[in-house]
Amino acid sequence: MIDPELRQLYQEVILDHGRSPRNCGKPDQFTCEAQGNNPMCGDRLTVYIDLADDGSIREAAFEGRGCAISMASASMMTEMLKGKSRAEAEALFRSFQALCTSDAAEAEDGADVDALERLQVLAGVRAFPVRVKCATLPWHTMQAAVSGQGGQEVTTEL
Amino acid sequence: MEGTAAVNLAPGDNSTAALDVERVRRDFPILQETVYDRPLVYFDNAASVQKPRQVIEAMSEAYETYYANVHRGVHHMSQRSTEVFEAGREKVARFLNAPSPDQIVLTRGTTESINLVAASYGRAFLEEGDEVILSVMEHHSNIVPWQLLRDELGIVIKVAPIDDQANFLLDDFAELLSPRTKLVAITHISNALGTVVPIEAVVRLAHEAGAVVLVDGAQAVAHMEIDVQALDVDFYAFSSHKLYGPTGIGGLYGKAELLERMPPYQGGGEMIDVVTFEKTTYKEPPHRFEAGTPAIVEGIGLGAAIDYVSALGRETIAAHESGLTEYAGERLSSVEGLKLHSRAKERASIMAFEMAGAHPHDIGTIVDRAGVAIRAGHHCAQPVMERFGVSATARASFGLYNTREEIDVLVDALGRVKEIFG
Repeated sequence: MIDPELRQLYQEVILDHGRSPRNCGKPDQFTCEAQGNNPMCGDRLTVYIDLADDGSIREAAFEGRGCAISMASASMMTEMLKGKSRAEAEALFRSFQALCTSDAAEAEDGADVDALERLQVLAGVRAFPVRVKCATLPWHTMQAAVSGQGGQEVTTEL
Repeated sequence: MEGTAAVNLAPGDNSTAALDVERVRRDFPILQETVYDRPLVYFDNAASVQKPRQVIEAMSEAYETYYANVHRGVHHMSQRSTEVFEAGREKVARFLNAPSPDQIVLTRGTTESINLVAASYGRAFLEEGDEVILSVMEHHSNIVPWQLLRDELGIVIKVAPIDDQANFLLDDFAELLSPRTKLVAITHISNALGTVVPIEAVVRLAHEAGAVVLVDGAQAVAHMEIDVQALDVDFYAFSSHKLYGPTGIGGLYGKAELLERMPPYQGGGEMIDVVTFEKTTYKEPPHRFEAGTPAIVEGIGLGAAIDYVSALGRETIAAHESGLTEYAGERLSSVEGLKLHSRAKERASIMAFEMAGAHPHDIGTIVDRAGVAIRAGHHCAQPVMERFGVSATARASFGLYNTREEIDVLVDALGRVKEIFG
């Protein structure tokens, strides 16, 4: 018998993204990148973003190794970012962060509601506080990349 | 502490004593706790072990009945505190078979002990181009202090390898030794793999090359008999919290002739003889290296922990843990897709493994829901992870209170991992 909270954490969508992550690997073309590091478990990832002239995200990709949660989160994130403006990407990030930590989270204005709905599958981390970082590290790293802080490694231990 | 040893003599055999694990478990209040409504199965002993009531009570008694600062007051409570605290140092000396308690410096733990040797002995006796040999299995605490010294002095760090089964390669180590080798800093038992390093042979070879040897005994003290004179080590570092004692205290054994030649580590009260603004003279070892008020009650707790472990008998504990390790090796090997990294011929009760398709972090979360506490990550030994081409491993490590039934619980919980990640 598997604990229901564990089932909630490891939903089929997450296992699928974890097993075969989308947009995984260093792309030929990108305009900014950043490294993320979770020193607690040794997981590292790099997020690559290709920004269009108008500042919107043309393509997003990542490479790295990590747990099922971090891989699924990175994979889903790269799918959702395409075509979003920086403001939209950051609004989605903040709404996702709230979703990972609070039962009563509400979407921020400007956040893509459909994308947030899909990200609900990661809300299971709420029952596992130490795993929240696994879900949010790719997003923190994305933010560092698009805001030009790629030279500085993003770490979960501040 | 007398009379609390949970040792049973096997019927009809007066020479071998088996650990009465059920009785021992009653000494550890935390083992009565449940996690997610399951009995706690504590397999994170290589990180820190749980504390017996005897240690907790000795510390409470100190605070409640005779606490005061040590080495200072003429008053009754200070004298009593000093006596019990210094008795702790004497217990450490006997426990390691050190010739004298004056050769035991009380520190905050293994990390501080190693930093003390690097900062004091290292700065005084090493110079540019001198070589320090470590092993690839070192904990970060036995790597970084030497890198700091390298940045300061220009010493050279060399790294002794292991094979794919995690065996320490003595011949390869011997080849690293040169006339420029001044110090070997090496673990006794690897915290990430459980490999036992043949310290006697390492020391003999190092001494032939003219190098001194510092041993990181953080893992070893709880699992095996340590005789610093028989091993002929120059320095031996350990922590109380891995020896069933409190955090915040540990020790450094040093050969007398080395400690006497070493300059102070930190300045402050306790370590001085006479202070004037023109000149200050320092105490003899070990107090020369103990600036400031020590962790008094923790030192008393360490003494109680040593009493506890000694009463059970380290051979008895080692035999119990060796049985658990063998059983765990068999059971874990039977789990489909599980790869055991801890496969050295000489190993202690630390089992590092991975599972196909499941990241160690996910394994840790899933078994936790079954009440089983294991470590998942790099175990503060990232070079070991690199050696095996992984970013992390899962690690189950056993202590004197663990049982075979608990290993069965772990193996069953690993079945849940298969079920989810199948």
